[in-house]
Amino acid sequence: MTTPMTPATPSAPADLLYSEAEEELRTAVRSLLEARGTPAGILARIETDRPHDPALWRTLAAGIGAAGLLVPEKLGGQGASHREAAVVLEELGRAVVPTPYLTSAVLATEILLGCDTEDAVPLLRELASGRQVCVPAVPLTLAPGAPLPAAVRDSGGGTLTGTVTSVADAVAADVLLVLADTGLYAVPAASAGITPQVPLDLTRPLATVTLDAAAGTRLADPATARAAVAGALLSGAGLLASEQLGIAEWCLTETVGYLKVRHQFNRPVGSFQALKHRLARLWLDVASARAAARAAADALATQSPDAPLTVAVAQAYCSGVAVRAAEECVQLHGGIGMTWEHPAHLYLKRAKADSLALGTAGHHRGLVADFAELPAP
Amino acid sequence: MTATTAEQLLTRVRGLLAAHPPATTPRTDFLRARFDAGLAWVHYPEGLGGLGAPRSLQAVVDAELEAAGAPDNDPRRIGIGLGMAAPTILAYGTEEQKRRFLRPLWLGEEVWCQLFSEPGAGSDLAALGTRAVLEEESGEWVVDGQKVWTSSAHTARWAILIARTDPAQPKHRGITYFLCDMHDPGVEVRPLRQITGEAEFNEVFLTGVRIPDAHRLGAVGEGWAVARTTLMNERVSIGGMRIPREGGMIAPVAAAWRERPALRTHALHQRLLELWVEAEVARLTGERLRQQLAVGQPGPEGSGMKLTFARLNQEISALEVELLAEEGLSYEEWTLRRPELVDFTGRDAGYRYLRAKGNSIEGGTSEVLLNIVAERVLGLPSEPRDDKDLAWKDLAR
Repeated sequence: MTTPMTPATPSAPADLLYSEAEEELRTAVRSLLEARGTPAGILARIETDRPHDPALWRTLAAGIGAAGLLVPEKLGGQGASHREAAVVLEELGRAVVPTPYLTSAVLATEILLGCDTEDAVPLLRELASGRQVCVPAVPLTLAPGAPLPAAVRDSGGGTLTGTVTSVADAVAADVLLVLADTGLYAVPAASAGITPQVPLDLTRPLATVTLDAAAGTRLADPATARAAVAGALLSGAGLLASEQLGIAEWCLTETVGYLKVRHQFNRPVGSFQALKHRLARLWLDVASARAAARAAADALATQSPDAPLTVAVAQAYCSGVAVRAAEECVQLHGGIGMTWEHPAHLYLKRAKADSLALGTAGHHRGLVADFAELPAP
Repeated sequence: MTATTAEQLLTRVRGLLAAHPPATTPRTDFLRARFDAGLAWVHYPEGLGGLGAPRSLQAVVDAELEAAGAPDNDPRRIGIGLGMAAPTILAYGTEEQKRRFLRPLWLGEEVWCQLFSEPGAGSDLAALGTRAVLEEESGEWVVDGQKVWTSSAHTARWAILIARTDPAQPKHRGITYFLCDMHDPGVEVRPLRQITGEAEFNEVFLTGVRIPDAHRLGAVGEGWAVARTTLMNERVSIGGMRIPREGGMIAPVAAAWRERPALRTHALHQRLLELWVEAEVARLTGERLRQQLAVGQPGPEGSGMKLTFARLNQEISALEVELLAEEGLSYEEWTLRRPELVDFTGRDAGYRYLRAKGNSIEGGTSEVLLNIVAERVLGLPSEPRDDKDLAWKDLAR
């Protein structure tokens, strides 16, 4: 019998802090969102046909340059890394503003970078500059390590047929990246049927994409396409942890602030020990989620061999923290937490939907079992 | 000349090693020479084992000495003296007290213990009732009372002690801080047998113990401020250390899982994975705290690490006992023993399970630490309380 291995600690510890440049990027994104992504504005838009705010997206994507962070400079991007993209996602989580950042600037971008072909470059440039929104036509629940879907087939000469459900941000897309049996295709959104679904999370709209002999441009062969999608799902899951951190942080800050001013029984509600302990525990969870999310972002940025385990750990942990923070936010706001006008519900819906997106905590714990060699019975 | 850079310190360390080669120098001689060279705790003043250098440079000295095979002062055995008595004496002691106590403390020649907690004053430490009364003619304080949870009392030469010197004052104001001679005839140390069956701690009975006024630390009635320095130092040490992945309590349970497939169940698998993930996240959180300290931006995460480790140790050891199935029903031995060190990983799962119960009580209960996080980190208001202005003698007990 071989000696069981202990999963090795990476020799160089991950940089878990924020650099000055990252803090500057955070300030830019936060001030934009504070000015133009207010909860009242979001509430006004989410029940319309266009929950996304195209002007806000242009400023974020092109003005701040957030859309091209993961794209090398020679391909028209910022040449930054997952660490910077993670900071943007923290702020987007704090604001729960509907933007196609995770879908276009992370998932689609990583797929196109993984195609490793000249055919993907023009689209990558469009995407990095924020001129076009490009989203992968896969269900939001698709997880790294899970079998890739085979819903779309090539009916000959790059004409695609099939139906994909729960495609996030499809209503805002200019181009869809479609994984078919014969490879990866770019399909103009205008040539697909996009039917909005009624989503649990109104701030990340979902749609059913129906392709009926739609013409697509082939970007990669099947093997490359599958590897590119798998890599993108890993990055997406790792960076989603930062969005979840942002959600949790907002919920904690907002709840603490409220409990300092809200009085019941002739005392600030926040002076009751039962509530103080709940918030202190939540603070601990958020501080821990920050370390986990930073570790995942750094492992992706440095292409560490430890990245798959670190991402799985971050997803297994941060999903639960975001949901718990949002649930505590609703509960500790009392009746106000149940109203439509208070934004707590936007965070609860996003947190719960995020806990299903890109793999549940249970799925990621299963991946941890593999990487850490703790097999199931 | 004061050495304040890493290079200057290394030169000094090499000088010490050349003059006192570890291979041929008796242990205590080497430690004494190290103290006198200012390399014991480099951030302490010159003449008191230090050089007034930045505290962070101690690691440079320790690494160099360790690499040369130099003996250390076994900080685990003298932890209370090093971690609590020394910084308090440094902050509040007279020159004479500092010269008298710091050198033998650091050398480990004199072990220290801490006479703070009492049967009636644990988390509400300032409610303590041990009395110290000044005897005018002799100029000595006469101390009567009982202390509890005292590690090392049976081996200690000295104790840091807080006692009530004015019961008419509110509880925080009538306390004075003393350095107590554990060899005084009025000091009686009794082993306190714990939940594990061992006697790791002691009860200490103080009956007519005489403490000269020269062994008072800080002003009369100002003992609470002095004690806060001690308590802050008690909580500082955790979190700064680097642990490897799967270090600590998760190691034996993960090993058992890998080595003994017959024990595996699906329900235990899910709990093991949850705790493995939480242990890894705690490791990363500690690492992030260490990185913050290294660049001089200490975050409030330190307040939380003790809470996290207490909970994880309890949950992981509980899982381990369950995983071991029939074996989990057995305990190593109940014979009364007095361990010199608390060693979690060298023991059975049952011991770990029982000893970990203390992690959420010792050094500040988890409930008190949660209050500290809530009030000092989150800025939440304290609960209304009526003990602050009442004389100690009028408090309900």
